[in-house]
Amino acid sequence: MSPLDLLMAAPLGFMAAALMLGPSGRWLILLAAPLMAGLALWLALLPPDAAYLVGQWDLPLGILLRADGVARLMILATALVIGAVGLHALAEPPEKPGHAAQAETFWPLVYLMWAGANAGFLTTDLFNLYVTLEMVSLAAVALAAMGSLAAALRYFMIALLGSLAYLLGVALTVARYDTVDVILLAQVAEADLATLLALGLMTAGLLIKAALFPMHGWLPPAHAAAPAPASALLSAIAVKLGFVILVRLWFEAFAAVTGPAALHVLGGLGAAAVIYGSIQAMRQDRLKPLVAYSTVAQVGYLFLAFPLVAGTVEPSGAWAGMTLHGVAHMLAKAAMFLAAGLMLKAVAGDRIADLGGLAQAMPLTVTAFGLAVVSLMGLPPSGGFTAKFLLLSAAIEQGAFLYAGVLVIGGLLAAVYLFRALSACFAPLAGAGPDTASRGPVTGGVQAVAPLALAGLAIVMGFAGTALVDVSAIEAPWATPTVIQPEAAP
Amino acid sequence: MTFAFDLILCLMILGTAAIALFVRDALAAIAFFIAFGNLMGLAWLGLDAVNVALAEIAIGAGVTGVLLILARARLLALGDAATSTGSPLLLRLGALAACAGFVVLLAAAVLSIPPESGLDRVVAPLMPGLGIENRVTGVLLAFRAYDTLLESFVLLGALVAVWSLAPAGAWPGRPADPGMADAPMRRVAGTFGQLLLPVALVMAAYLVWAGSDLPGGAFQAGTVLAGGLLVAGMGGTIGLPSSDQPLLRAALVLGPVVFLAIGLAGVAAGGLLVYPAGLAKALIVTIEYTLFLSIGVTLALLVAGPPMPGASDPDPEGKG
Repeated sequence: MSPLDLLMAAPLGFMAAALMLGPSGRWLILLAAPLMAGLALWLALLPPDAAYLVGQWDLPLGILLRADGVARLMILATALVIGAVGLHALAEPPEKPGHAAQAETFWPLVYLMWAGANAGFLTTDLFNLYVTLEMVSLAAVALAAMGSLAAALRYFMIALLGSLAYLLGVALTVARYDTVDVILLAQVAEADLATLLALGLMTAGLLIKAALFPMHGWLPPAHAAAPAPASALLSAIAVKLGFVILVRLWFEAFAAVTGPAALHVLGGLGAAAVIYGSIQAMRQDRLKPLVAYSTVAQVGYLFLAFPLVAGTVEPSGAWAGMTLHGVAHMLAKAAMFLAAGLMLKAVAGDRIADLGGLAQAMPLTVTAFGLAVVSLMGLPPSGGFTAKFLLLSAAIEQGAFLYAGVLVIGGLLAAVYLFRALSACFAPLAGAGPDTASRGPVTGGVQAVAPLALAGLAIVMGFAGTALVDVSAIEAPWATPTVIQPEAAP
Repeated sequence: MTFAFDLILCLMILGTAAIALFVRDALAAIAFFIAFGNLMGLAWLGLDAVNVALAEIAIGAGVTGVLLILARARLLALGDAATSTGSPLLLRLGALAACAGFVVLLAAAVLSIPPESGLDRVVAPLMPGLGIENRVTGVLLAFRAYDTLLESFVLLGALVAVWSLAPAGAWPGRPADPGMADAPMRRVAGTFGQLLLPVALVMAAYLVWAGSDLPGGAFQAGTVLAGGLLVAGMGGTIGLPSSDQPLLRAALVLGPVVFLAIGLAGVAAGGLLVYPAGLAKALIVTIEYTLFLSIGVTLALLVAGPPMPGASDPDPEGKG
């Protein structure tokens, strides 16, 4: 047994078990959360070269599973996020009142997304990645539909378009190279028409899935309307798989094909996403759309990092900044959506102006929201700070002052829109209307602890900077050069 | 296939596709789409891709056609005329230009790739070790069994996603009765269903068995089973089951779970999805038979849709 297969098999087993158990399947999360966290930790502690071929079928035909640094960190964060979100959802049912179907189907869908995300982070096979992308997208669309059917349908249509574009690119790749394994592709890829078209199609499809500006249109309505646990999973997990596949494509399989110009297109879109998402977030009157637009902005940083990683011979800092930003955003955004859900439920409204008095009524939840704000803004000490600091250092070192400027301005804009929501919680309760009675203290319970734990982890990440940077470098494409440098500096 | 036949087939494919796209009435568009799917199946046959042809005709034309017809009936019931409204000419021309440009680019890329496949050379020497002849089955159930394992859970997840759309108060329950409202038609469908269901079962069981050495396999057989179940459901021969029936749930998860269990048992032989020497064919056939049953039931329920309030069972016998 190895965590490489159990991390995929266990959630699928839980999915089938949840379907067999029916309404009582929800209790399985009590077993799944610690088990998956243990497996993810086991994976993180495996020797650096941990990998194996499924069914012992050799490449190029078979499928290789590999635990590189990105996979280790993403899977650990996924286990923490889905575990916490699941425990939260156990205490705070995610369904609309009366929708027993949602209450029951929520759980198999969560396990499907869990298995898909883990399998996707581990595989090096582009077609296998397509299958995992479908697992995650299918679960994500169904979870989004629990809030707004119209938003979910729009998400579904655009996600299908993304899937088809990606699949067409994979088909062209297999026809051209007889392999879809990123490690083999890295050795043979050439910049010809078929390859460039394949990479373009796959990239376009994945940018839709990752919701990079200007392909982000589906995200805010879907993420804002979904029930809080579903929003947390959509923003934390669903968009990250598209990003990780793009990392596999651009820095591994087709690293020899991509040029600086193309990398700057992605970086420029990322920078635009940071500014645009932040300005849109500032313009929102309602809390959940604000948090959703914050995801649009935060996804931008992931791609702003692309030219910074490619622009230097020693990219360990930019690479770690990119990876850790993904992890920190997973933890902080999941915490923020869960906290926002509790806060809005307590005030029975959805506007930022409704949040007054909550700091006294539910201090734990407002604290969780505040800690998530700290990490998302990139204030020290937090995972968000470590990541942005690494990216900023890389940008300054490379003289990429435009990207450095966007990193700084993005943090300031995040401060503006996030503090607006946070300070609203500290405002005195407006009037003593009839809804005051419902604003009783909602302090205890798993539902309040889950976002606090996730936000706390996003902060604690800031203290584990060096260790996490080392993990992110495991089996990184730039760390294992196929060509040995002729002369190393003494 | 002769050149003349290929030429006529290509023209008919383009013709049916164009009519399906440009006709105003949804029913006519659906009819031509189904014809288009069947012609595509013929084209795949011409290319010696029998497995793809089976899948295209069964799923692309068959199941999708049924889904489209049901969707149109639903639109009519909601008061929609189910006809397409014209879009601005400029938009149409723009779309045409964009599509044409993309097709030219794609064609240039495809034509720049040499036609022979190197993977075929890799697959051929590995087949004797499996004890089966059909390379497609070899790819789906051995070399790329991991993809297929995950796909089987995607299909299960698709049904769960459809179920999650059940309106408030309808859960657990039955899908809306797919039976025909017209009594004489229902009797015809009922008689046909009584005949078709056993035939479909035998044919599907054969398709799975044949899939080891000839074109066929769990997915095609599952579609045949689903077709038989649906026709029987439309005629009222069988009632659609309630979503919480334990036997139904077991039928749905059986295939994926057996696949997963066999895959994990492979760890004893060296790793995930490793088949011990000599046992490969037995294990593949076991996976395919259980998977076929689950796929058939899942596809039928996917077409039937989510549980609906007040969906009563015309036949209290039900089915497992």
